[in-house]
Order: sequence, then C-alpha cells, then structure tokens
Amino acid sequence: MSMVAHSPPSAGPARRLVDGRRLIIGIVLLLTAIVIIAPVGVILIQAGSQGFGAFLGSLSTSDTRAAIGLSLVTALIVVPINTLFGIAAAWAIAKFRFPGRKLLLAIVELPFSVSPIVAGIAYLFVYGGQGLLGPFLDAHDLKIMFALPGIVLASMFVTAPFVARELIPLMTLQGNDDEEVAATLGAHGRQIFFRVTLPNIRWGLLYGIVLCNARVLGEFGAVSIVSGSIRGETNTLPLQIELLYHDYNTAGAFAAASVLTLVALVTLVVKLILEARIGEGH
Amino acid sequence: MRSISILTAAAVFALGGFATASAEEPTKILNASYDVSRELFVAVDKAFVEKYAKDTGKTVTIDQSHAGSSKQARSILEGLDADVVTFNQTTDVQVLADKGFVAADWQAKFPNHASPYYSLPVFLVRAGNPKNIKDWDDLVRDDVKLVFPNPKTSGNARYTYLAAMAYAKEKFGNDDAKVEAFMKKFLSNVPVFDTGGRAATTTFVEREVGDVLITFETETMGIRKEFGDDKFQTVTPSVSLLADFPVAVVDKVADKRGSRQLATDYLNFLYTPEGQTILAENGNRVRNEAVAAKFADSFPKVRLVTVDEVFGSWADVTKKQFGSDGVLDRLLAGT
Repeated sequence: MSMVAHSPPSAGPARRLVDGRRLIIGIVLLLTAIVIIAPVGVILIQAGSQGFGAFLGSLSTSDTRAAIGLSLVTALIVVPINTLFGIAAAWAIAKFRFPGRKLLLAIVELPFSVSPIVAGIAYLFVYGGQGLLGPFLDAHDLKIMFALPGIVLASMFVTAPFVARELIPLMTLQGNDDEEVAATLGAHGRQIFFRVTLPNIRWGLLYGIVLCNARVLGEFGAVSIVSGSIRGETNTLPLQIELLYHDYNTAGAFAAASVLTLVALVTLVVKLILEARIGEGH
Repeated sequence: MRSISILTAAAVFALGGFATASAEEPTKILNASYDVSRELFVAVDKAFVEKYAKDTGKTVTIDQSHAGSSKQARSILEGLDADVVTFNQTTDVQVLADKGFVAADWQAKFPNHASPYYSLPVFLVRAGNPKNIKDWDDLVRDDVKLVFPNPKTSGNARYTYLAAMAYAKEKFGNDDAKVEAFMKKFLSNVPVFDTGGRAATTTFVEREVGDVLITFETETMGIRKEFGDDKFQTVTPSVSLLADFPVAVVDKVADKRGSRQLATDYLNFLYTPEGQTILAENGNRVRNEAVAAKFADSFPKVRLVTVDEVFGSWADVTKKQFGSDGVLDRLLAGT
C-alpha cells in the first residue's frame, strides 16, 4: 500500500493498480453495507423504535423469557461438552500420528459440511418414535426427541467442530517440543497438559469457545426438527423469533432478534481481542 | 468419536427422566396445531382454563405447538407427546389414524365429523377491487395475476386448486378437456408459487405481487385486521370448497399420560357457544346456529361443496391430482 501511494502519479502501471484496488475495495465495502450492515442495523433500529420500555416489554413476555432461558441452558450444557471434545480431538489429531487420523479429522469437520436439517432428521431416524431406538426408548419412558435432550444433541452435532477446528492448526504449529522438554525435566502427563499444553493454546481455545457459544445460541435448522416447537417449553430463541414474526408481532420479533444480534456483536469484539492475543503468541 | 457417544449417553441419562409419565391425572396437555392458528388458540386456551377452574376448581395448563399440520403429524409419529391435535387438514389426522395413534373412527368421536369449525378459499383483492374480481371466471383472465402457494406442498393451496376445479366441473358439465384448459390457465396466471400459506401472504401483502391472493377466509380476515381494511377487501365467490378443521384426541399419548378426560373436555369446549364465539371472532365459520347468526354479517352467503361430493374422497384426490405424474404435474408441465 505505502509503496504504491508514494509512487509518482505519472507511473502508468502503478496508477492502474491503484485504480483497480480502489474499485475492489469499493465493491467490497458496498457489498458489506448491503449484505451485512444494513440488515443488522435495521434489526437494532426496529427493536429500539418503540422505545426502551416496549423493547423490555417484548422481551419479558413469558414465552420469550422461556425461550431465552432454554437457549442459555442448552449453551451451558453444549459448550463445556464440545470444549472437552474439541481439546481431546485436537490433541489426538495434532500431537500424534496413528492410523485413521485423517479419517478422524474428516469426521470432526463433517458437521460443517452437513446441512443442519439433515442432522436433525438423522437424529429423528435414530431416536424418534419410528426410529432405530424408538421402541426401546418408548418402553423405558425415555424422552429424547421434542425435549431438552434432543435440542442438546442437535446443537452438539452442529457445533462439534468449532473448538477442535481452532485448536488443530495451533497445536500442529506448536508441535511437541515444549511437551518433550517438560517430560525430560520430569513432568507427569497431567502436569504437562495443564502447565504446558493448555497455556499455549488458551487464546485459541477461548476463541473456539466463543464461536461455539454463538452458534449454539443461534442454531435454527437442526433444532427446528427435533424441538416440537412447544411454546414456552421447547422453543429456543431462534424458533421463538420465527414464531413471533409469523404472528405479525414484528416488534417482538425484532426485540428477540436484537438479543441474538447483540450476542453476535459481543462475540465479534471478543473475537477481535482474542485474535490479537493469538497473534502476539507467535 | 467414542467420547461423543459416551457423552451422549451421559446426557441422555442425566436429562431423560424429566418427561416420564406420572400416575396421577395430569393438569397439563399439549395441543399440536397448524401454523397460523396461534392468535386463535391463545384466546381459546385462556377461556378454557378460566372455565375449567370455575367448573372444577382445578387449574390446568394448555401447551401449544404450532407448525405446518403435516409436520406436526410427522412429529407426533416420531414422539411429540401431543394429547390433542387441532389441524387444518383431514388427511393429516388420517395419517395418525393409519398408524394407530388416533382411533380409526375419530370422525365419529366429536360432532360434525370432528370438525368444530370450517373455512373456505376466498379472494383477497387490493382496495377498491381495481381489477373488478367477482368470481372464479375472473381469475383466468389474461390481465389478472394470482398468488397462492404450491399445491404440492401447501394444504391451503390444495383447497384453492380443488375449489377452482369444482367450479370448472360445474360450469363445463364435467367436460374434462375444458376443465383442464380452465385449470391450465388458472395455474399459468400465478407468477410464483410459495411453499406455504403465510409465505404467499407475504408475497401478496408486502412484496405487492399479484392482483388476487387466494387463501382461507380466516386468513383474509387476519390480514385485513393486521394491515388495515382500507388496503384490502375480501371477495367471496359464488361457490367454494368446504375446508374442515378437524380435531382429535391422540389416543396413544392420552392413554399413556392418563389425560383422556381433560383432552376430551378441551375439544368439547370448542363446540360450546363460548368456544364457537371465539372461533367466529377469529374469522372461522362455526356450526352453532345461534353463534353463526350473530356473526352473519362477517360471513357472506356462499354455496359450499365438499371434496367427497365432487371428487370422491381425499385419498383419491391426493393420488390422482397431487401424486407424482398426477393431474397437477401434467398441468404445470404444460404451462
């Protein structure tokens, strides 16, 4: 950038380069404004347009409160489980060589490429009344689909790769040197993990957790299949937003949507801070 | 992958217990209903809970689940524990009956073929009726654009399609070639088929596509209430198709939970004058004559035909008209 900017204006090729760059940056900015900034802005403006009292009023209806609560409970269960899973998977894949390692990597990343609705239907085929385990679950009075366990399972599937995906490149890059040094100095396995491995990956880990959390709160497709949409009970926040929208309750829908949007904005800020930290780490 | 399965099992056993059936009579039932019935059942449930408390001294809760009624039927088969269903399509209750979730003679369990209220496809036009739409004939004019969802995916649109065809059959005295030509023109006047009723409403109302929205009378009243009587008006054609809104107790769930009595009381409430009044206030036509007379101004006279009269049965229609390579596929392929 600086080199180009300092070139004399008469230099033809450089001039064209500057024009081309400006054009591309302009297009990107325009698209960003149309595709991202305008819709997000509209949500926040619409949510606030009725005044702060009405905004809180929309959020405090019992169904919307229950939906926010359910989404938070789901995140409280799913995020820790997927964090442990992500660390374990990344550790195995990045630090060891074993048969089936590539396959494991592909499987861990599978949920990224599978449409959430397919995940939801797949769970129905296994745990649903007409599914593989349906008669067994029914006989033992275990309720998985159309209740919290189903919502948790669907959310776990969709967000399984987030932590692992952040950690694998980081851990691969760091290699085993630190751990080997610790081992030669007499550290045990657990000491090595908590004193060496974990501190090395902490910012990347937090980054993965933040993304995982945002996605759990926002997941719509897979949860929509297994939730049963019982209002006040199995409606998560995204499902509640759709319901309010279809009810012509625009103010309520925008208020609920703005909660998710705020989560996303907080995520963005935390993400930027963590990215800077990860950068310092190298 | 092992860690996932272990954790899954742990989650299942930690959380699985909370929906187990209790021995005593439950004070809560779940009503699985169709997509656009939310405002209606908010009012119905409130009135029922109050009346039940007054009559029996017991406080009960009615939970609501809303989605397309075919999706709801599917969910119940997969384990959604709905004690009662209030659907907008007979065929979706029949699916449950075929699988043994609902009694085979469910239509005999409640009055009027287990349909406490009904509606019919009518036309919604823009204020002042600029294209002068009066009856089905006007919908096959060259200068008229129609909006209704895809009959393949939407129950609402199936009624629209069959109502138009019933009209054509009467007009052309069952001359099949003329009926098909009429239907072909009718379908070709639709610029875009949405997948569901509310999506079609959005297309017509908010994107301002088309001259006529064809949908249930109850939906047209909802739209006028929401967006203003000065923007849209309802046109009732000379003849239309009766759309039953069937109800049933889901026996399999009610027996398991011991909720049969409460579930039955709840559905019977829909037939009381109080229940019928709430239904009528929300744009549904009702069977109770006294209540119907009170709301006569809101519901213009119209001659209604039924699917059984004109087409034999829903089973026939579904296969012949809407199945793969059925009449609808042929007509759409030609447009």
